[in-house]
Amino acid sequence: MRARLATTVGGAAATVSRLAGRDGSVIGGIIGLRLEPGLLSLLAADRQVVLVTGTNGKTTTTRLITAALTPLGQEIASNIYGANMEAGLTSALSKAPDAPIAVLETDEKYIPAMVKATNPKVVVLLNLSRDQMDRAAEIWLLARRWREALAAAPGCRVVANADDPLVAWAASSARQVTWVAAGQRWREDSWCCPNCGSHLHRDGDDWACGECGGRRPPVSWMLSGDQVIDPTGRATSLDLKLPGRANRSNAVIALAVAEAFGVHVTQALSELRAVTSVAGRYTQVNRRGCEIRLLLAKNPAGWLEALDVLAPAPAPVLLAVNAQGPDGRDTSWLWDVDYRRLRGRNVLVGGERKLDLAVRLEADEVPFRLVNDLDEAVDLARTVAPNLEVLANYTAFQQYRAVLGRTQ
Amino acid sequence: MRPLRLVWIYPDLLSTYGDRGNLLMLERRARLRGLPVEVAEVNSDQPVPRDGDIYLMGGGEDLPQTLATRRLQADGGLREAANRGAVVFAVCAGYQVLGLEFGGADGAQVPGLGLLDIRSGRGERRAVGEIVADVDPALNVPRLTGFENHQGVTRLGPQARPLARTTLGTGNGDGTEGAYAGRVLGTYLHGPALVRNPGLADLLLHWAAGPLPPLPPHAEELAQRLRDERLAAVSPSQ
Repeated sequence: MRARLATTVGGAAATVSRLAGRDGSVIGGIIGLRLEPGLLSLLAADRQVVLVTGTNGKTTTTRLITAALTPLGQEIASNIYGANMEAGLTSALSKAPDAPIAVLETDEKYIPAMVKATNPKVVVLLNLSRDQMDRAAEIWLLARRWREALAAAPGCRVVANADDPLVAWAASSARQVTWVAAGQRWREDSWCCPNCGSHLHRDGDDWACGECGGRRPPVSWMLSGDQVIDPTGRATSLDLKLPGRANRSNAVIALAVAEAFGVHVTQALSELRAVTSVAGRYTQVNRRGCEIRLLLAKNPAGWLEALDVLAPAPAPVLLAVNAQGPDGRDTSWLWDVDYRRLRGRNVLVGGERKLDLAVRLEADEVPFRLVNDLDEAVDLARTVAPNLEVLANYTAFQQYRAVLGRTQ
Repeated sequence: MRPLRLVWIYPDLLSTYGDRGNLLMLERRARLRGLPVEVAEVNSDQPVPRDGDIYLMGGGEDLPQTLATRRLQADGGLREAANRGAVVFAVCAGYQVLGLEFGGADGAQVPGLGLLDIRSGRGERRAVGEIVADVDPALNVPRLTGFENHQGVTRLGPQARPLARTTLGTGNGDGTEGAYAGRVLGTYLHGPALVRNPGLADLLLHWAAGPLPPLPPHAEELAQRLRDERLAAVSPSQ
């Protein structure tokens, strides 16, 4: 009864919030939780819950898993707009009270509490790397907390990336693990053994510790080029619409989760291929005759993957960085990204912290031009190419999306 | 001319957030002046070269900080280099490592390298945000601007001098920021501390290579604009 009252009041608040022009994805959850602190547990009871976490790819993977599970023909609750703390999860569940399945993107720090509250069927661990250090926890500490939380949840299956040593260490405390070779492009946070601190031996995607014997676990799913290799050893081309290695990796994880729900690879894959954009990411928009593609990346690992995805020259690249609260107020991370591959390209620099980025590019000897807004970039781009690639961090991305009219 | 040897110590353990920036800034400012540079990135399973001119150490979490300290003690290379007058520049966790002791992961004090007469422990609150500090006039370096993110509290002994006095932020926790003795210098400005403080980068280069030729015109324009922007952003009166 309390749960029903709390969700009803929370739902009313969300409606008011939407009428007031906000997106309403969190306010309902906040009010509901104030009325009934155990609301999330009550809402999660009797559902099959999937929690998705990691530094990068949470939103996209949540979307892909939701797509991969559609062949089940059941309603799925999900926080598709990335409200990924307790209130966001609560709100997503209360909006779909009858959905028997929930796929929930979860902030890295909240995993211990959310595992406890939702008694998940599956926990997905994608990757762990440095991210917005002014407000995020340090990652070795985070891995330790995941490890403790999963050891205390014997009923849940973990789907984890075996190629990320920190993730593998955290996941190995769980009773049941599906190991996926999902690759690891960014390695600057995993040169040392998370268990004992010794320098790891790394050879391709393989890794092993010479001191404590920790090593990459044997995998049952694998990403190999554009193919997924499933546990039967069969290779299938992914052929996704979403670009880049990171999304192929997210897709293989989604297929492994789908299998835990009894959805076959072939069925799940045809759903994944239909996904073209995720909450505005990868969207193509035409602005004054210029085809703009928006890429979002929030931290060094994300930028590294995104730089791989850029359309080739002569398409100019607009890089934009802000340092508002959600971005992290510290721009130091710009120095962890290697920009040298942009040499010889037409590079434009925007965002509220464009000078930080400018000094960074200067150190890498990448020529660039500063721009004040998106349209200045479009005007410059149109003189050399029909399209413009935009790579921005969180609030810079949202600002550009607002300019472009939030086209999905 | 013998190249200037820059040695980055343990990027595999002590590099949490943009620490590479210090190496890149020193390299750039040396090259712009026509000084040849050689860079060695030394991981924790490799010996620390004894013949470096400037040694750099970055930030790190508690456990890697303790591991790095143990390895540096066993290796002995950094101490040997510092004793013969090499320049050492360390930020954040690396700064604490240079001292006599610091607070470890489990609350116990960990012995440091003892290259600076400082003792660090854990404070009650994490200091996170912009920091501004006026440098010891003896060093002739303009006001520091940077970002700090640490929970350390550091007390200086008689053999170390404060690098600067804070006008914004926490630093050592007693109104001072950082410390130096001879050519060993540490600061709580984390990550790429030299990016917004080219004067500090030039002090290190000067210590290692002697009087420096001037930079080509315009080479500093963007760095100066960034520096002015950040100082103006945190200044209450402007």
